[in-house]
Amino acid sequence: MSLVLLIFLPIIAAFFIPLLYKKLGQIHTGWFVLLLPAALFIYYSTLLPSIADGGSRISELQWIPSLDIAFIAYIDGLSLLFSLLITGIGALVVLYSIFYLDKHREQLHNFYVYLLMFMTAMLGVVQSDHLISLYLFWELTSISSFLLIGYWYTRDRSRFGALKSMMITVFGGLMMLGGFVLLGIMGGTYSIRELIAQAPELAGHDFFVWALILILLGAFTKSAQFPFYIWLPDAMEAPTPVSAYLHSATMVKAGLYLVARFTPIFAVSSTWVWLVTGIGLFTMVWASFWALKQKDLKGILAYSTVSQLGLIMSLLGASAAAFHVEDVIGTYFVYAGFAAIFHLINHAVFKGSLFMVAGIIDHETGTRDIRKLGGLMSLMPISFTIAMIGAFSMAGLPPFGGFLSKEMFLTAMVTLTDFNLFQFDTWGILFPVIAWIGSVFTFIYSFYFVFHTFAGKHKPEELPKKAHEAPIGMLLSPAFLAILVLIIFIIPNVVGDWLVKPAVAAIQPFIYSSPQEVPVNVGYWHGANTEFFMTLGIFAVGFLMFWTLRKWQKSYDLYPDGLTLNRLYDNLMFLSDAGANRFSRLYMTGFMRSYLVYMFSFVVIIVLGTFVLNDAFAIDMNNLAPVGLYEIVIMLVLVGSTLTILFSKSRLTAIIALGAVGYTVALFFVIFRAPDLALTQLVIETISVALFLLAFYYLPQISRKEERMRFRLGNAVIALGVGVTMTLVALAAHSGKAIPSISEFYKETVYTEAGGGNIVNVILVDYRGFDTLFEIAVLGIAGIGIITLIKLRLTKKEGQHENK
Amino acid sequence: MKTNDVMLKTATKVVTFIILMFAVHIFFAGHYTPGGGFIGGLLTTSAIVLLMLAFGIDTVKKILPINYVVLSAVGLLIAIATASASIVFDVPFFTHAYDYFDLPLFGETSLHSALLFDVGVYLVVVGVTMTIIQTIGEDE
Repeated sequence: MSLVLLIFLPIIAAFFIPLLYKKLGQIHTGWFVLLLPAALFIYYSTLLPSIADGGSRISELQWIPSLDIAFIAYIDGLSLLFSLLITGIGALVVLYSIFYLDKHREQLHNFYVYLLMFMTAMLGVVQSDHLISLYLFWELTSISSFLLIGYWYTRDRSRFGALKSMMITVFGGLMMLGGFVLLGIMGGTYSIRELIAQAPELAGHDFFVWALILILLGAFTKSAQFPFYIWLPDAMEAPTPVSAYLHSATMVKAGLYLVARFTPIFAVSSTWVWLVTGIGLFTMVWASFWALKQKDLKGILAYSTVSQLGLIMSLLGASAAAFHVEDVIGTYFVYAGFAAIFHLINHAVFKGSLFMVAGIIDHETGTRDIRKLGGLMSLMPISFTIAMIGAFSMAGLPPFGGFLSKEMFLTAMVTLTDFNLFQFDTWGILFPVIAWIGSVFTFIYSFYFVFHTFAGKHKPEELPKKAHEAPIGMLLSPAFLAILVLIIFIIPNVVGDWLVKPAVAAIQPFIYSSPQEVPVNVGYWHGANTEFFMTLGIFAVGFLMFWTLRKWQKSYDLYPDGLTLNRLYDNLMFLSDAGANRFSRLYMTGFMRSYLVYMFSFVVIIVLGTFVLNDAFAIDMNNLAPVGLYEIVIMLVLVGSTLTILFSKSRLTAIIALGAVGYTVALFFVIFRAPDLALTQLVIETISVALFLLAFYYLPQISRKEERMRFRLGNAVIALGVGVTMTLVALAAHSGKAIPSISEFYKETVYTEAGGGNIVNVILVDYRGFDTLFEIAVLGIAGIGIITLIKLRLTKKEGQHENK
Repeated sequence: MKTNDVMLKTATKVVTFIILMFAVHIFFAGHYTPGGGFIGGLLTTSAIVLLMLAFGIDTVKKILPINYVVLSAVGLLIAIATASASIVFDVPFFTHAYDYFDLPLFGETSLHSALLFDVGVYLVVVGVTMTIIQTIGEDE
């Protein structure tokens, strides 16, 4: 079966969901949905043996061949691992949602359509080999997650969270598109495999660092890295199955996938290593620190997700550092890539189960507030067991999967101190220290999550519902995941051989050519080395701090709310909204005068600027006609009347002066030998002066104050500027005349070709009659316009009175 | 109070026809000497306006029962028909033709299809200017 088709299978299935919901409403729609991810999971599992041997599958569907855009499904170790996570956890989440969402009260058809849409988008992201289709699926994940977060759209917080995640992830997505386009320009292809093949040439390109930073922006926003993590805690307003699926196991890992996928291209750059490792570690420490401030169960899990994503991100950065090490196979640098993928699997498994437990607690007690919860251990023993397994794995305790990956994480971070490129030898010591602090806080919040919920005193009076154990169907998925946590610990090397090593070989193709070459063997006991003592320290300090948590947790409240990134986001949104509004109101005054000022000033600035920049001004006095006495006299009259218009006190004077201007212009036409123009000008001037007088006669009495036009310096300057500019343009244009006039042709052919004597009229009706045709059309339109203005006064109140 | 405007009316009766004849002259002369449809139209309008000034709008409406909106539409139609007639003869849009004919009374005269176009212009100008003046004049 075509792999591309499989990507689209969920979204095609989504078309039938509303039908099933309508026609077979008695059965929970989720049961039908469940079949699809389960079937896909089984199919992808059958690919495992060949991929584990280092093989790959590829399938292509042309989309826009002329632009070289296609859907290419490429499955190697990395994309297969993600596909299995998406379909596997997808199936479990659907199963969980069947019991979580009530079929009578919830709009299930919406929910499952969005969810299937998201599944297609995620499969597309991890399998696409083409950058543009990868981007398409990437934005589809943003959109479908927007819809899922806002699923309970009648709640304010849901809409806010949905919008926030949309703003941030789409911002990153657009940046990423920029990076993709740059990559496409650099490499001349949009295929990721072909780009990886020419990675060494790309590194020297001018755009390289730009592409790197833009793509990292996309990955960091999606994977909720510092400072873009702020959308994730707000996305917790989504239904819990959504949080479990999107915000722990799949979507937030899209950014990690992106970083892993592009590591072969960008690892050569030290910027990449620094940024990915540094931001990742900082995110880890920062989020694990703030996780303890949270009072909401899902809030704690949101921050822990951010923290764990940071951890994986830093490991991916460290695996890119391996590129810079010679003879890497013998060193501990090989652990970083392996640890990243291994922890990614672990995290998806235990965080999924933890979210589901949080959902169960919410469902069965009616609250997620950790201050109201407590003592649920005996009431909900199965949930407690699952939560404990998940949390201990998150904390990195044996005998759970998280222990193994946390050990390898510490190994990788300690190894970085040995690194002697780009100042790692001086600053490198910070990496294990920060990692250690982050791990301590991880330990504390894991315990905080479990024991403040399940241990302590039961407070039934504060709970909206009477707490009891969840139905078995709801416990199935988290229980299954919890068992997986244990299984991963028991058989880490099987998981390593089948899932992790093929993925590592895909991330680090410059070191390994096939998965078998990855020389990592997960052991439970590394000997009493640095990492071992670091782990012991984490347990000891973590336990002590957890013991005294109640005493120092209050100090979190001392932190001012005004300094948070959320506040920054809110202010940014407010500023861009209100600021843009205020800015528009600043120049959109509503006064025609202001707009004229803008227009005229820009004309002056642009024209004079062009003159100066191009050194275009020229003046040529040679080709001028002699000036006669008549011209001078008429010019004086013209100037006089113009000045009269400007300085006259009464409007009547101005109108008459305007008439004088018109008639002098007609006189100019006479002495410049344009009889047709003179005739027309005389008649038209008469008519327009008459119309002006008409308008003057009907001016309202109140505002008819006869006063001189007020002098404004700005207006005078702009008017002067426009006048001077246009004069300069006219002079320069006259001096620079390059081609002879076309009028010779008219002169020669007016009688022979057109059979006429009056050139002007022949031009008007024959040579260029087209213009005349539309000019009389303009006249006609003006006439109709005046009729409608005068006869159709529908809006006037007097008209209404007349109708009565 | 009713003013005595007998002089105005009498003068108008004479002058109007002179203006009209001048308008017709300047219209037909347009192809060879200054003039043409536009000026001709405006002069005709001024003749009618003079009538209106002397006798009042209603009287003029009675002696010249013309719907000026229709007049301008007819003018536009004539103009565009003249322009598109050339398509029938398989020459480009707006190609004019002229030739010399031996007309009775006039002798040998050149007739030009541009004249038809000018008629269109003339009618539009008269129609529109009269529409404007009449509409504004009748407005309360």
